[in-house]
This record gives sequence, structure tokens and C-alpha cells, in this order.
Amino acid sequence: MKSAVVLLPGLNRDRDMIAALTKISGVAPHTVWQTDTEIPDVDLIVIPGGFSYGDYLRCGAIAARMPVMQAIREKADKGVMVMGVCNGFQILVEAGLLPGALMRNASLKFVCREVKLEVTNANTAFTRGYSHGQIIRSPVAHHDGNYFADTETLARVEGNGQVVFRYAEGTNPNGSINDIAGIINENGNVLGLMPHPENLIEAAHGGTDGRALFAGILGVAA
Amino acid sequence: MKARVTVTLKNGVLDPQGKAIVGALGSLGFDGVGSVRQGKVFDVELDTKDRAKAEESLKAMCEKLLANTVIEDYSVAID
Repeated sequence: MKSAVVLLPGLNRDRDMIAALTKISGVAPHTVWQTDTEIPDVDLIVIPGGFSYGDYLRCGAIAARMPVMQAIREKADKGVMVMGVCNGFQILVEAGLLPGALMRNASLKFVCREVKLEVTNANTAFTRGYSHGQIIRSPVAHHDGNYFADTETLARVEGNGQVVFRYAEGTNPNGSINDIAGIINENGNVLGLMPHPENLIEAAHGGTDGRALFAGILGVAA
Repeated sequence: MKARVTVTLKNGVLDPQGKAIVGALGSLGFDGVGSVRQGKVFDVELDTKDRAKAEESLKAMCEKLLANTVIEDYSVAID
């Protein structure tokens, strides 16, 4: 399993993501810069979290229009797995690779805490390391994670089983509709999620609940 | 040529910032504010003198970048 991590100015979780992928797969990911128009032959492309372009205009809006996104779109169309975490999720919805939008948290406050997630679809290439209905812990850190989609889109996303993670046990930190924390596209090869599983993969993090996501994706033992 | 682009949230999209502003206005003694919807304004200068071309171009800018049409509407006014 070969992977690539996308780098954009203002992202700050790239090193954590590279460390997680390296530790779990044993192979360091390629890195791809925002102006690159070609992406190496990989099975997984990850857009990490942060504040690309200072969240100017809308979170992820400017990053979503950078040349590398066209290359990512082409790879996604060919079935390559793409995962966006936090700002990466915001970039994927801005780029139209995932439906809906991520709006300002209902509390209007930046939230940095631990939440509980329910795995609501374990039958995907991303979540196969978990079991259906499993509750896992995960850190969140964002100001704009309030997922929104119009009624028609929401019904489609729910009906297709595209909601793979929901905030559980009353821990919704942002007012997200239907407690949505992470969704996949219709083809099942693009995932976006607000929580940071890469920050809960070893004992020193205080837990390893995020490890099975990477292990499942990468096809290695957790 | 100068133009003003206004981007606002679509009807039905919750606006927690607008709600917070209503609350703040109330605490300042401005009673009777039913609602506030917060939006964005872009003042754009264009090289062209062709109004039709300018309008077409501004609409394309809104569709591609200035507005997120999943949650926002936009309007264009040319001076």
C-alpha cells in the first residue's frame, strides 16, 4: 500500500499524518505540493488538517481550487482512495468531491476536545478495521465542522449508507446535522471526517482507537 | 469598471453568527430585531468596459469561488 500526503500552506497536521501512516504501514508516504499536477502512483491520498490559506473566504475554499486538486479528482475518478481529515474534509466538500458543506460550529466556538464516534458503516474500504456500531474515542479540533446538506442531499447520503461516523453519546461538538462526523462518496473511495484519528494511534497519545482506521485502509494488522 | 458582489446564506440554512448578532443587538437595547443574516460583500474592479462581459465574468467568479452554492446565494451589481 503506497500513500501520498498533500501539503498546502497553512496546514499543520501534515507531520502527524505522515507519522501515523509511516508508523502503521512501515513505509513513509510521498508528499505532494499544492502546485503539483501529477501525483505518484499510490493507493491512498490524504489531505491532512490545519488552516490552509488561513481559512480565508471559507475554510478550504482556496485550497480546493489549487492545481493539485485536479490531479486528486482524476485519481479519485479512477478509484484511488482519498481521505480528508478536518481541513482536508472541508477542502473535499469545497472541491465537490463530497456532498454538503461544513459551516461554523453552532456554538461559534473553536472546539478542541475528545468526542465519541459511532461507526455507522463498517462495510467500507476505510472503516473495515472497525465493527458496525462500535463506539470509538477521537480528538476533534475545529471551528467549522458543522456539517450541512439540503434535505434532498441528506436523504440520499443517509439512504446510501454514506455516513460512516456519527458523534455518539451526546458528544456532537458542533451542531452537525444528524450528528454527522464523517462521510464517504457514492463510490466509497473518498472519505472526509472532522475528527483526528491520526492523533490517537499509540499509548503515548492516551489511546489507540484511531489505529484501526489506518490499519483497515492500509491493509495491515492494527 | 467597479462591481459589488453580495453573498448571503440561502433560506433555510442556519446562521448561528446572525443569531449571536441579534442577541448582542438586544443587549445594546435595540429591541424588535426579528432576525439578522450575516453575509459577505466583495468590491471588485474589472479592466473591461463591456457591462455584459463583466456581468458574465462576475457570475462565473461567484459560481467557481466567491460563493459556495451549496449554502449561499449571490447577487452582482455593476456601478
